[in-house]
Amino acid sequence: MRRLLLLAPPWLWLLLFVAAPVLILLAIGLAEPAEGVPPFLPPIGWEAGHPVWQGSGASLATLTEDDWYALAFLRSLRVAGMSAGLCLLLAYPMALGIARARPSRRLPLLLLVLLPFWTGFLPRVGAWIGLLRDGGWVNGVLMGLGLVQEPVPLLYSDAALLIGMVHAYLPFAVLPLTAALLRLDPALEEAAADLGASPFTVFRTVTFPLSLPGAAAGFLLVFIPAAGEFVIPSLLGPPEAQLVGRVLWDEFFQNRDWPLASALAVALLVALILPIRLFQRLEAKP
Amino acid sequence: MADPLLRLEGVTKHFGPTVALDGLSLEVQRGEFVALLGGSGSGKSTLLRLVAGFEAPDAGRILLEGRDLTGLPPHQRPVSMMFQSYALFPHLSVFDNVAYGLRREGLGRAEIGRRVAEALAMVRLQGMERRKPHQLSGGQRQRVALVRSLVKRPPLLLLDEPLGALDAGLRERTGFELRAVQRATRAAFVMVTHDQAEALALADRVAVLEAGRLAQYGPPQELYDRPATRFVAGFLGAANLLEGRVGPDGAVECPSAGCSLRLSEPPPRRPGEALTVALRPERIRLLDQGEALPPANAASGVLRDLAYRGEGWVALVALSGGQVLRVVLPGVASPPPPGSPVALAWAAEANIPLAD
Repeated sequence: MRRLLLLAPPWLWLLLFVAAPVLILLAIGLAEPAEGVPPFLPPIGWEAGHPVWQGSGASLATLTEDDWYALAFLRSLRVAGMSAGLCLLLAYPMALGIARARPSRRLPLLLLVLLPFWTGFLPRVGAWIGLLRDGGWVNGVLMGLGLVQEPVPLLYSDAALLIGMVHAYLPFAVLPLTAALLRLDPALEEAAADLGASPFTVFRTVTFPLSLPGAAAGFLLVFIPAAGEFVIPSLLGPPEAQLVGRVLWDEFFQNRDWPLASALAVALLVALILPIRLFQRLEAKP
Repeated sequence: MADPLLRLEGVTKHFGPTVALDGLSLEVQRGEFVALLGGSGSGKSTLLRLVAGFEAPDAGRILLEGRDLTGLPPHQRPVSMMFQSYALFPHLSVFDNVAYGLRREGLGRAEIGRRVAEALAMVRLQGMERRKPHQLSGGQRQRVALVRSLVKRPPLLLLDEPLGALDAGLRERTGFELRAVQRATRAAFVMVTHDQAEALALADRVAVLEAGRLAQYGPPQELYDRPATRFVAGFLGAANLLEGRVGPDGAVECPSAGCSLRLSEPPPRRPGEALTVALRPERIRLLDQGEALPPANAASGVLRDLAYRGEGWVALVALSGGQVLRVVLPGVASPPPPGSPVALAWAAEANIPLAD
C-alpha cells in the first residue's frame, strides 16, 4: 500500500504528460480531416447510443505513399546524425580536458561550456545570420583582406545549418562525456601503463572504450532534438531543404491538416525510439 | 651481499606542505618478499607509486638492478604493480585482462595463449577465460589481478594491500597462496600493508615506516623480538612500554609500574639515564596465589578488565605505580574475576630496551 502511494505520483505524472499526449497525437493521426475547429473528426464517434469507428489510416498511408515525407525524414536523420557526429568530435577533447583538469578548475570549465545557454536560443541562432550573410562579418573580413572580390554565399547552406546545430547542441554532448570520463577509475589507466601501454595505447584500449556509453548518451542527446529541429534549419539552412520539423510545421499551420501532421509526429517518435533502444542495450552491457 | 635488485637512495616526496617520504633509503634483494608496514600517512603507498613511476620523487634515486629508473615513465619500467582495487579492465574478459601486458610486448598469438593459460592454471582459474571481471568473486578477481601483473615475468612485483579487499576468512588462505606464487615465480615482492599479522606472516623482511622514514627493517622475528623504537614496539604486537631510569646496580627502576627490571644484558645507558623498556603482553605470567613475588621483573596490581579472545584472555592490570599493563593469558586458564589483586612476573629476556 505504501509502495503504491509512493509510486502513484510519478506514474500519474508520466500518464498525464507523456502517455496522454502521445495517445491524443495517435488519435488525431487516425482521424479524418474536416472543416471546422478542430479541423478533424474524432476517430471514434457516438451514434445511436454506441461508439462507431469513423477514423481512417489515410494519413499514415500518405506518409508511405508520397516520398516527399520519406525524403524529409531521411534528410532530417542525416542532418541529425551529422550534427551529433560533429558535436561528439568537438566534445571529446573538451570533455577530456575538463575531466583531466585540476578538481578546482572543473566547475569553472563546465560553466564555460554552459555559458551559451545564458543567452536565448533565438539570439544565438540569429547571431549566425549576422556573421554569415553576404554583408556579414565573415564576408566583410574576407573581402577586406582581399581574399575574395564578391561575397561568398555562406548563409542558407548545409554548412550554415550544421554550424548552427553544432553550436546549439554542443553542451549536450560535452556533459555526458565528461561525466563518463570522470567516472573512470584512474587506477585502470595506471594499470594499463604499468603493463607496458604507451599513453596513446592507454587511451585506445582503456579510456576510449570505457567512455563509449557516455559518447552514445551524448550522441543521442544531440541526435534526438536535432532530428525534429525546426528553428535552425528555417533560419540558417537552404530553403529547398525540407526537414521533418519544417514539414510538420507546414502541415499543421499552413495546410491545417492535423491528422497528417500528427501521423508525421508519431512516425518521428517511433523512428527515434529505435536509437534509444540500441543505446539501452549498450548501457546494459557493463 | 650481492647487488640488490631494488635500491632507494634518499628518496623524498612532498605533497604540498605534507611530507610523504623523508629521505628514505631501502634495499630489496632478488626473490625477496618485503612488507612495507605502516599506518595511514606513513608513506608506504607513495613508495610503491614512486617505484612504479606514477609519481616522481622530489629528491633521491630509485635504482633497479643498478639502473636509474627515476626519469622513466611507468610503461617503460620493468616492474609490475597489483592495485588495491585490482583495477581489472571491466570491458575485457579474464583472458584479455591477463593477455594485456603480453600484447603490449607484441608477442605472437600462440605464445600469448600459452602464457595466459599457464598463468591462469597457476591460480586455478582454468575455464574462466571468457568471464568478465564482474562475473567473478572477490577472491577470483584478486587472483586475476595477481597473474595479470606477473604474466610478463617482472623481476619485481609491487602489491598495494593485496589482501585488503578480501573477507577475513579468505585472507589467510590467500596469503599462503601469495607466498606460494612468489616462490614459484621467484620474483621479488614488495607488499604494502597496514596489517602487522599479514606482514609478519608473509614477508622475509619487514620495513616499518613512520612518517615517511624507515623506523626499522629486518626479518619478522627480529622486529618482533627486538623492536628498536617505541613506535615499532607499539605497532607490532602492541607491547607495553615501561619508562624507567638505570640504577647504580644496572637495574632499571620504573616508578610508574612500581617495579624494578633486570635486563638479560647490560643496559645500553649509563646509571642515572632514562630508558624505555618494551614488554610483550604474552611474555607476562600470572603468579599463583601464595607464590612469592620475585624482587625484580615482577609487579603487583589489580585486575581491572578481562576480554576473551578465543585463543586467550586479554587482561588489563592496574599496577601499584599507576600504569596499566596489557597481559595475554592462555585460554585454558580461568582467570580471577575483575577487581582481584594479582601478581605478575616475567623473565629477564622479555625486557627489551628501546633506542628512544
